[in-house]
Amino acid sequence: MTITQSRRSFLASSLGLVIAVSLPMRGRAQSGAALAFQPDGSEPIFAPNAFIRVAEDDTVTVIIKHIEFGQGPFTGLSTLVAEEMDADWGQMRAESAPADDEKYKNLLFGLQGTGGSTAIANSYTQMRKAGAAARAMLVQAAAEEWGVDASTITIANGVLTSGSNTSTFGPLAAKAAGLTPPEDPAVKDPKDFVLIGQDRPKLDSQAKSTGTAVFTMDMDLPDMEYVVIRHAPMLGGTVASFDDSEAMKVAGVTAVRQIPQGIAVYATSTYAALSGRNALTVEWDVSAAETRTSAQMMDDFAEMASTGDMKVAEEAGDIDAILSDAANVIETEFRFPYLAHAPMEPLDAVIQVKDGSAESWGGYQFPGFDRQAIAGNLGLPVENVKLNVMLAGGSFGRRAQPSAQIGNEIGAIARAAGRDGAWKLIWTREDDLAGGYYRPMTVHKMRGALDADGNILGWHDVVVNQSIMAGGPMEQMMVDGKDPTSYEGATKMPYDLANLRVDWVRAESAVPVLWWRSVGHTHTGYATEVFLDQLLEASGKDPVQGRLDLLKGDMGRDRAVLEKVAEMAGWDGTKVKGDKAYGVAVHESFGTYTAQIAEVEDRDGFPHVTKVWCAVDCGVAVNPNVIRAQIEGGIGYGLGSVLFNAVTLGEGGVVQEQNFDTYRMIRINEMPAVEVEIIKSTMDPSGIGEPGTPPVGPAVANAWRALTGTNVTTLPFSTPTGA
Amino acid sequence: MTTFTVNGEERTVDAPGDTPLLWVLRDELKLTGSKFGCGVAQCGACTVMLDGMTRRSCVTPLSTLEGADIRTIEGLDTPEAAAVQAAWTAIDVPQCGWCQSGQVVSAAALLYEIPNPTDDEIDQAMAGNICRCATYVRIRQAIKDAAKTLEG
Repeated sequence: MTITQSRRSFLASSLGLVIAVSLPMRGRAQSGAALAFQPDGSEPIFAPNAFIRVAEDDTVTVIIKHIEFGQGPFTGLSTLVAEEMDADWGQMRAESAPADDEKYKNLLFGLQGTGGSTAIANSYTQMRKAGAAARAMLVQAAAEEWGVDASTITIANGVLTSGSNTSTFGPLAAKAAGLTPPEDPAVKDPKDFVLIGQDRPKLDSQAKSTGTAVFTMDMDLPDMEYVVIRHAPMLGGTVASFDDSEAMKVAGVTAVRQIPQGIAVYATSTYAALSGRNALTVEWDVSAAETRTSAQMMDDFAEMASTGDMKVAEEAGDIDAILSDAANVIETEFRFPYLAHAPMEPLDAVIQVKDGSAESWGGYQFPGFDRQAIAGNLGLPVENVKLNVMLAGGSFGRRAQPSAQIGNEIGAIARAAGRDGAWKLIWTREDDLAGGYYRPMTVHKMRGALDADGNILGWHDVVVNQSIMAGGPMEQMMVDGKDPTSYEGATKMPYDLANLRVDWVRAESAVPVLWWRSVGHTHTGYATEVFLDQLLEASGKDPVQGRLDLLKGDMGRDRAVLEKVAEMAGWDGTKVKGDKAYGVAVHESFGTYTAQIAEVEDRDGFPHVTKVWCAVDCGVAVNPNVIRAQIEGGIGYGLGSVLFNAVTLGEGGVVQEQNFDTYRMIRINEMPAVEVEIIKSTMDPSGIGEPGTPPVGPAVANAWRALTGTNVTTLPFSTPTGA
Repeated sequence: MTTFTVNGEERTVDAPGDTPLLWVLRDELKLTGSKFGCGVAQCGACTVMLDGMTRRSCVTPLSTLEGADIRTIEGLDTPEAAAVQAAWTAIDVPQCGWCQSGQVVSAAALLYEIPNPTDDEIDQAMAGNICRCATYVRIRQAIKDAAKTLEG
């Protein structure tokens, strides 16, 4: 049983705090943090417009509005609450919030969603205020209980004290729940932080080290069927005709249905569904599909960099005049392939439909879109659809779907079944790699003008790629037909360049594209930091000092991370020492400043990266442990991709990479040592999930050019024209 | 019908002989700690112990398992496994967590064979386990930490 009393929201704008009381629930009232992260449906749960639940056993459960896929919001948002409540870390629990675009909206997006490295940034004040309000109510409850003035009460490590009176949170919870939350509780001055800024163990590590964490694919429901879909092998293809007679002979296959996304095979086990799918014969209608090869597309994009319809993304001075008059103009064309996110848990979802209602479980990153999609597919009112946001085995942007790709698929599966029931959709790795929603293929055509003394007079960058935002609910964020995610990072560079223009040419294709860990910065960071390094090299300038000379005025945070990383790596201006070379890059993304130096060796003509130093400024470091982890992982993610990865379309637009044998992941023997330093700051925190990724590629490329003379401009390094 | 032992318990499964062990574990026996990542023995997320050796369960057909002794992440009970899991938790190795069951099984097997592995030995033993979050820096450290604990 649960005793709960919800209270009205305070701060009507956005802070929907409710303090609630719940009696200990099975399996939760225990020490340690390896607990279930999903509400237990068999127990009454407090009304979901709450961020905090205090139980009689002293546990404090924080309802986390952001999906946890490794980047740490369960721990981070819980830290913000614990800090203001003066709780003990051992009593903190985290639980995933269900889909609710109002109660659990991202304050920077206006709807529930995780992305753009905003989880901590948008929650920083909100969750601290939630914690501060809970603290104030506990204090008031204690004051009434003890007959003392509230000002005499202190809290430390989850214990309230006034004179000889002491209490933990649990015994006061019921009384606190009957109080009115304060309108605008004061939060701590950062200098008084006890938990924020200290390394904190993550709440989900034990469950994930023992195989007990429950992900979407681990769900099991009574009489659940397993479903796989045959998608078109070329993006944008649709079913022309199909023959399921052999598939239906496979033991365990119960049904085959055509759905808008392809052919769905229903079975009593995953393997039966896969076997049934293998036995299908499908003819595809390619009239709306991308049928060019990716090599043809790349050549087309390169041509468009000269002849396409250019929109000015940023302009200063008169770059055309500078380029026509300069003594020395350097030109480089960079080519970036499509990239798959390849989260380790392939896409999946579970749905149960019963008596005019539906409940779904998934790694839903913009759950409101998926909820609407399920409702739409099933013809149900949206309030009859409940979504549970599950732990997800990675995303890197893949699950952040304005198109509600998975909501639409699982909804279509249930609709096509035509009855009540439960289904689990499973994508294979082959589905994943051929499934589109890639990092956009991109060309940067760059020109830089130098004067006789080697000073940079002008900078011109033409960016050609598809728009991520166009054609979906995000399109309304485009201004003058421009999609900033196509060129972010190429614009607003920190360098003092008086004459500069960034042009964008929008390419079109049936290949769907999506944000991929650091979005536009995945290619703009590489193109700008390699090209700048080329210009500095042509001028005979040191890559660190040359950058510092261009970081003027209020570019102090860029300067600070660059100076710090140079100090960490012992930078002395020597790019090659023995068999090792060193390259640098600095790049801001999502409000976080990151500089990296890579140490690279030549192993049989291919770069082997032995070490990466990284200095990062992300404002207040809520949990340095998680920040270091995200930088380590972001470096590995970025490095593996620039070295090895491209999704290529072959004849007829058929995706060539089928699995990890051809879309090759970085492995432990290729992972450099990583040393991270975090700049001390009292600025509000910015993001950390993505900013570690952009600088590693250009840092390695700059080291490689110093070592071998080869400037890698076509990625990945492993392509014949790469390293 | 195939009969084998899983985590010390005898189990009999009636499924086609070419069914991979991974799907038997997950769908039939409801042991979902072993994960599906590739299906072609490229990623190691499905790693289990089979007769004392690490094995990719996604390419191990049921028909080969009569009388086999299988340990999954749910049933690892060696001192090496306990040390590895404690080290994993202590320095927060997991990020998304999907690959970590396989990483833990491989690491425990490594420490059973080589109590004090060098960096190269760690690389060799662990190179078959992909981590898309690239937690490799901490995997390497946690294996060394676990080795120290086992030395006692």
